[in-house]
Formats: sequence, C-alpha cells, structure tokens
Amino acid sequence: MPDIYVAACNCNGWTRRLAGLSTSAQWKGILTKIRSFTVVFTLLIINKAGGLIYNRAFDSSLAALSSNDSLILAGTFHGIHAIARNLCPPSALPSSTLSSASSTSFTSNPSASASALGTRATPATGIQVLETARFRLTCFQTVTGTKFLLFTSPEQPNVDAILRRVYELYADFVMKNPFYTTEMPVRCEKFDRGLVGFLVGAR
Amino acid sequence: MSISQQPKAASNVLQQQLQQAPPSGGLRYPSSKKTIYDRNLNRTRTSELSRASFAYLFIEMISYAQKRAPSVSDLEKRLNASGYPLGLKLLDLLIYREPPRSALRPTRILALLQFVHTTLWKHLFGRPADALELSNNSPAEYMITDNEPLVNAYISIPKEMSQLNCAAYVAGIIEGVCDGAGFVTESVTAHWAEGEDIWPGKTIFLIKFKPEVIEREGILKGGTS
Repeated sequence: MPDIYVAACNCNGWTRRLAGLSTSAQWKGILTKIRSFTVVFTLLIINKAGGLIYNRAFDSSLAALSSNDSLILAGTFHGIHAIARNLCPPSALPSSTLSSASSTSFTSNPSASASALGTRATPATGIQVLETARFRLTCFQTVTGTKFLLFTSPEQPNVDAILRRVYELYADFVMKNPFYTTEMPVRCEKFDRGLVGFLVGAR
Repeated sequence: MSISQQPKAASNVLQQQLQQAPPSGGLRYPSSKKTIYDRNLNRTRTSELSRASFAYLFIEMISYAQKRAPSVSDLEKRLNASGYPLGLKLLDLLIYREPPRSALRPTRILALLQFVHTTLWKHLFGRPADALELSNNSPAEYMITDNEPLVNAYISIPKEMSQLNCAAYVAGIIEGVCDGAGFVTESVTAHWAEGEDIWPGKTIFLIKFKPEVIEREGILKGGTS
C-alpha cells in the first residue's frame, strides 16, 4: 500500500512542500531525514456546550478542514468524550492500547477503586489521547468544561507542557479581556499573537 | 467564569480583620474597630498586588462604564473619571512618603511632570515611564509615553473600537495628580502611538494645561531667571 508522505525540503533557502507517493529510494532518503520533525499542527478549543470557539492551524501538513467540518468535528468529539467517560470501567486497570502502524489507540483515565487507606478515587475522564500513525490528538479538559484539542505529530514530546502553556495564554489573554463574552468564539488579537509566538517556534 | 466577584485587593491583615467581622448586613467593620484609615501610611509602601486581581477588577470597571456609555469617547471619559479621585489621593500619599528633604509639592511644571513620570509611575507600575516630551503643537501640551501600559496588558481591543485606549484610566489618575498639585488641566488623554512595530501597545498620554498655568509658569520663570 503506497504511503502518502507530506514533507518539506529546503532548497537554497526556499522551503517547498512536497506531497506525493514515495516510491523511489531517493525520495525515501530525503523524507526519512525530515520525518523527525516534531510539529504542532492545529489547536481547537471547544466550549462547555460542545461548540467550537477557536480553530487555528499552525502548519499546513494536515489536510485542511472546511469551517463546517471543523464544527462537526468539535461537536462529535465533545459527544464521544462524554461517552468514553461513562464507558470507563470502575477498576484500576488501564485499558490496553492497540499498537499497529496505522490503527488508532486511545487512553482514558479510569477511576481507581478507593482502598481502605482512604485514597480518593480519581474520577473518570473522557478521551485524553488519540494517536494514529500520522498525528496525535491530545485533549485537555479544564475544570470548567472547556476542552483544548491539540493535533501534533506523533513524535512531539512534552505535549502536556505545551497544553499547559496554551491554557495559561488562554487564561491571560482571553479570560482577562473585557471585550470577550465567555463561551463565544475567541477573537482576541493578543491570544493569537501569543500562540503563534509560542507554537510556531516550538519545534 | 465569574469575573465580577473578585474582591478588591487589600493587604492580608485587612482581609483577616474583615473575615472576623460579624456577618450582619451593611458595611462590616472589624471587631477591633480599626479601619483602613487607622493604619500607618508607610505600612503598605512595598506591598504588591496580584496582576490578575487587578485585571479582573479592571474588566468589570470597563464593562460597567461601557453599559452607560454610547460611544468610545464617552467610555474613555468614564474611565478617566474613575481614575481622577485616585490621582488626588496619590499625590498626597506619595509626597508624604518621600524622604523629608525632598517631600515638597512640585511648584513648576517640569518638577510636576518629573514627579508623574518617575515617582507616580514607579508606585503604580514598578518602573518609570518611558519618555517625557514637550509637544510641537503648543507650549501648553506635554506628552508622557509608555511603551506597554500595564493596564492594557491583557486587553485586545476589537476592530470596531480600535480608537479605544483603556489607559484612559491612567490618564484620569494623571489628571487628578496635576489638578491636585494646582496645575489645572484642560484634559489628559491616552492615545495610541501610530506606526509602532516594536511596541504595538505604545501609548502617549497628552497633558493639556490651561493657559493660566502656562502664564503663571512664564511669570515664575521671568522672576527667577
């Protein structure tokens, strides 16, 4: 099965995006060199009701979604996230992950059984990570129910640190903005600037 | 997220005192009957305020003003009016806190502006302002520049209100200081500096003194030179 690689190559200072079927060994040589890029692709923010309030692509390697499709994606994810939380078994065993090159695997946090020592059972959460061969989707849900979805390449390290920083930027430039109404689409210039400055450089 | 419930930041001691007060209706006084007016003025000299607390309080101030203001310039006037009494009180407090040798009320325009540029800014924002200049248009106008006003730190102005500068609140404080010191101003306004790439939030505070102040300054200069 031919794999489709999207790669970038530097030729004399120009960066060109090459997409296509990689059959020749020469192509494979270039592509394996560059495949170790760790990239942040997209950030989505979903409000309490499941509506998409922020959608920003930082890298065009992933196929771009139309705005309608992004809304559908956000709503669907919101629903699945809630269903996964309810599906979580009450035992402490984590669900096993399937790992094959192009299948998806997801992990969610099951509630630990309360032991006699009185440890608090961690409440079940919904989907936290969804990984495919091409990208990894990490979901961070705040205490108030806002979800931050981050699409990164599978090798990207420190996704949690990145999400925490994004949350910090959100708390600063969106929540402390007098002209922002909560649960509405985010249109804050300083938030955009902060994100671009942080994520485009975070390779 | 509720942004209107943040209490005004006071020092820890006062908050503890307030918490011990009986929960009856109306204004609450601490059981020791000591209010904020009984405390030593120098006590809070170096105390700091969390930026987030101020940000949330400021958001509410802006929303409150916006509900009653139909236009951008009205909104700026209301913010200005909120800052005015602060300026009057800060003038006395800051002069009182200076070391006795230099604790003098400024009597010349330049001394007043130096006071605003350095002492006032350091007290409010922890650093002196960035520039102080005389305007080219008229000898009665002075400009204080701040590359990044602290009050605007988290505020992104929407496109339909691009003229609004929330540092009008700080302009009100400056107006209070100038008026309190005896230098009556026509207005103190906050404007965005045009064409700034390095500092996109650069703000210029334009201080317009009344003609009698300039006249008095001229007489004083003629008398002492």
